[in-house]
This record gives sequence, C-alpha cells and structure tokens, in this order.
Amino acid sequence: MPRQLPETLPSLSRRSVVAGLATLATWPAAAQFRIEVSGVGARQLPVTVASFRDQDKAGVAVSDIVRADLERSGLFRASPADTALDERSIVTLADWRARGADALLAGSVTRLIDGRFDVRYKLWDAVRNEDLLGQSKVVPAADLRLAAHRIADEVHQQLTGEPGVNATRIAYVLRTGRRFTLHITDADGEGGQVAVASPEPIISPAWSPNGRRLAYVSFETQKAVVWVQDLGSGERRMLANFRGSNSAPAWSPDGTQLALALSREGLTQLFTLPAAGGTPQRLTSSNSIDTEPVFSPDGRRIYFVSDRGGGPQIYRVAVGGGAAERVSFAGSYNISPAVSPDGKLLAYISRQGNAFRLMTADIDGSGAVALTDTADDESPSFAPNGRLLVYATRAQGQDVLMTTTLDGKIKTRLLSSGADMREPAWGPYGR
Amino acid sequence: MQSRKLAALAAVVLAAGLAGCGSTKLTDSKAQAPVETRSPLATAPGGGSAATPPSANTAPTLPQSQVATVDLARTGAAAANAGAAAPGARVVYFDYDSYVIKDEFKALVDGHAKALASNRAKRLVIEGHTDERGGREYNLALGQKRAEAVLKSLELLGASANQLEPVSFGEERAAVTGQDEVSWARNRRAELKDR
Repeated sequence: MPRQLPETLPSLSRRSVVAGLATLATWPAAAQFRIEVSGVGARQLPVTVASFRDQDKAGVAVSDIVRADLERSGLFRASPADTALDERSIVTLADWRARGADALLAGSVTRLIDGRFDVRYKLWDAVRNEDLLGQSKVVPAADLRLAAHRIADEVHQQLTGEPGVNATRIAYVLRTGRRFTLHITDADGEGGQVAVASPEPIISPAWSPNGRRLAYVSFETQKAVVWVQDLGSGERRMLANFRGSNSAPAWSPDGTQLALALSREGLTQLFTLPAAGGTPQRLTSSNSIDTEPVFSPDGRRIYFVSDRGGGPQIYRVAVGGGAAERVSFAGSYNISPAVSPDGKLLAYISRQGNAFRLMTADIDGSGAVALTDTADDESPSFAPNGRLLVYATRAQGQDVLMTTTLDGKIKTRLLSSGADMREPAWGPYGR
Repeated sequence: MQSRKLAALAAVVLAAGLAGCGSTKLTDSKAQAPVETRSPLATAPGGGSAATPPSANTAPTLPQSQVATVDLARTGAAAANAGAAAPGARVVYFDYDSYVIKDEFKALVDGHAKALASNRAKRLVIEGHTDERGGREYNLALGQKRAEAVLKSLELLGASANQLEPVSFGEERAAVTGQDEVSWARNRRAELKDR
C-alpha cells in the first residue's frame, strides 16, 4: 500500500548502520493499542485495580498496565482505586462491592538489594467476600512490564476461568520510507524490539510453536526467500531459496515441519519441508495458484488459498495429500485463512465490492460474518486463547494494526506516526 | 528384597531422567541447512532494546524477552539492482488479472530472446509485479505468474531455461504510488534485468 512520506521523517538513505539504528531507537516506540469500543459487548466484569505501592519509584506503572490489559480483552471494565492500598491491606470488601467492583486488586513493587524487584499482589472477590489470589514475583527491572502482564493474565484466568494473552507477543513489519523492520512487541504494543532491519521488504512472519523462532519472507536477495531466525540469538538461516519465489511459511503444531508456497516447478504450489531444511515434498498439484497454507491445530489438515476454481478461495487438504475440499463459498475472492486454536473457527479476508474485509466463519465455511467496516483489512491472526484477532488495516491514510474480539465489538488500534504497520502475527504462550 | 527395591528405585530415577531428555522441546538442528550468523548488534547509543551479547550470560538478571537485532545493510549488488528497471525497453505491462503478453510487447520479448539465443552466457532475471489491490501472498503468486509468462515466451523464441530466473515482488515494489487506474496499470508489469 503505497504512501506519501511524512515530512517529519529523518532521511535514512546515507546513514551508517549504527547511527541509523540509534535514530530508530530514539523514535517514540509505537504507543499502546488504544481501545475503541464500537458496540456494547456482553457484560464486562468490573474490577478495581489500585496503584501498586512504590510502582512510581520502580518506574513502571504496573497498575496501569494491568488495567489496560484487562480492558483490552473486552471482558473487564477496570477502574483505578481512590485509596492507597497494597497486598497487605485490610479491606472491607462490602464497601468496594457497594462502589460497583466485583473484584479488587492491590499490590506493591519493592526493590531488592540485588537490584531486582519483588512484585506482590492480592486479588479479592468482592461478591463472595474472599481472597482469591496472592502472589509474589521477583524479576529484573527489564521484566517489570512482563510481570505486570503476567499479573493481568493470572487475574484474567482466576476471574473468567480462561487464560489471558497479556504476556504474549506480536510480530509485525514496520515500513518507514525505504526501510523495513520486523518488530516484536508485547501484546499491548509496547516494548518493541527489532528482530530484522532491511532495505528490502519483509512479509509473512510466522512464529514457531515454542515462540523462540520466526520464519519470514525477505527480499534482501532480490527475490522472495524464506528465512528462519532464532529470536534470542539473532542466528538465522535460509530455509527455502528454490527457483522463483519462496513464501507463505507456516509451522506445523509440533514444530517439526513447515508448509510453504514455492514456484520451483512453475506455478506457485504448496510444499512441506522439515524445519531443519531439506528436500521439499509437494503437497498440492493443481493447475493454478496454491498458497497461504496454515495447519489445523491438530496438525492433520492444511487450509490454504487456491484459484483453481477461477478466483482465490479457501480449501483444505489432509497433510498427507489427497483431494482438496473447498471451504469458502460466499464471494469471489477469499484469502489469508487463519484457524482458531480450538480448531472450530476460520478467520479470513473477503473482497466485498472494492473492500477487503475481515470475516469469521465456522471451520466448514458456514456462518460467515464480517467483523469490520473498513476496506483494506489484511493478515488476520488469532491470539493463542482464541478470543482475539489481530489484523492490519488502513485508517486515516495510514496502515495500522488492530485487535478485535470475535464479535467485532471491542477493537483496539495500534499506530505509529510516520510508519506503516503490516503483517501482524500473534505469538504463542510460553514466555 | 533390598536389591529389588534399589533396582526399582534406580529404574524410576532413570525413567524420570529419560523423560526429561525426551521432552517436547524442539531441536534447533544446525546440521543440514547452511547457517548464516550475523552478530547481534552492539548496544546502540541511546539504549533502548539493545541485545545482550550471548556470552554475557549472567543468568539470574537476564531478561526473558530480549530479541537480537539483525541489520541487513544494503550491499552494492542489491543497491544496483533495486529501484526502477534499467533504461531501455525492459518492461512488459499487463492488463488486470491477465498474464497474456499483449501484441505491443511482442517485439520487446522477441528482441531479448534473440539476444539470449545468440549469447548463451547471458542471463536475465524476470521480475513480476502486481498492483497493490488484494492480498500480499496471492499477489506474490500472481506476479510470479507474469514472470513465468514472459519466461515461456522467451523460451519459445529461442532462449534456454537456464538463462532465465523468474521471480516476483508481488505488490511490494510499486513503480508508481497512487490508487487509481493509471497507477495500477503501471504497476502490473514484468521487468527484465541482467543478472
């Protein structure tokens, strides 16, 4: 999606590498995903979250992070407290209940002698008048945000019975002028780090199931090549550099192989390849384009896009190969399938008139529903708890990232001024 | 009796140990594919999220979330090839949703085919492109289809397959920004470049 360069962008063309990155480091990081409630969702659980004692001294507003995390899930309405509390406070839960809270969270952040921080909290149930949770986490300063996200996840799990995704990460590509960077941020959009910086495009990042590696497509050699990179060490290798274009990497749920779109035999077709590299096995043999493979969570099927019927539609095929079954029927152009972690839902992009719109449907393709009213949606990816989707779209002339609840009612927006964000991929649990 | 208990205990311990070994942790096999390692970037001035060098492994205080940065500087070769097609008739334009080489470009293709046929050492890269409408991966495949169409024509007219590599940039390398029919038409193209 081509853009005018904003005037405030510094020129990157002739800078040295380090200076260029310093510029990148001192730009304001993308702000948090901002919440936009566009419809009334189901009843949200009211939680009061008090400022954690001494969080200001630690420099990380733990309670703010927890509140924002809870709200972004769409399941809570999180308010601050007007009194100073911590995890040792004696509280009269009836008072808090009277003020509309179903649950109360308070805590503290204490600096230890070795420089680490002890983050403690307590969660009370104001309805049943009892303590629910009490915890202590000792973390280095650099992990204070992560500790806050874990607290939000624990509160989320305790109050809803379901896991939260606040401690997960999202990968996406940022484009500023002629520079492309593959970013990893917390699920709230903060704490961004750069995995790859390149003068050529990067597309289709895909997390390995254990969250330690990313596969992606890079054009650094003047063609589409699939790379796999270890996030912690930066070590990377070419996974697929066959004749023509190599793209659309998708990991099997057990992490042992990837499905890819390769044009090595002419038309773009699906192949599988061991994660360690090797000889690709052809999976589809159609006289058309087959691309965008994604494994079902049980590892037995691959959903993909094919234009064998004329325009691009979504199909599925057994991992061992065989006849493909069409899954999308409404509309003439359906692409970018994502399968929910429980295997029951499909998210994808459908062209409706001139608009490309995010849809969800049952896994057999029935019950298709649009989740947005924007016109340039791309690249949907499920959060690992299956409750949220992240996608890219265009708003006010910029490419931005959005999250949405599955009913489309609660959306959040992440934007970075002067940069286009695209290709989001939601990382797995396990950090 | 005693020795049997000990043997049972040993078996349990061994099994526990083996269970640890046979974990579901994925092997990062470094054996087969060539490994290209670029050293993680040194701390950039201004701090931010600099990568800690792997050797400085002070485990207790190492943050769990660090990501090492790989910076791909533009190489000389890349700089030369990137950007607009070299001057001269080297671009074939396509109609929407089409891979057919229109009559007006037949002479161009023919000229290149003859040049290739008369010099078997000559190599060409054919880069296919699309306009920006639609999905990136599907457009990558459409661009590839355009490159393949030009390749087929070149082969039919005398070039040999090993002189040609068809690649695609999909919508990623627009020649012209703009969201109107004129801009879109100028992006639906295949470019022929010397290798």
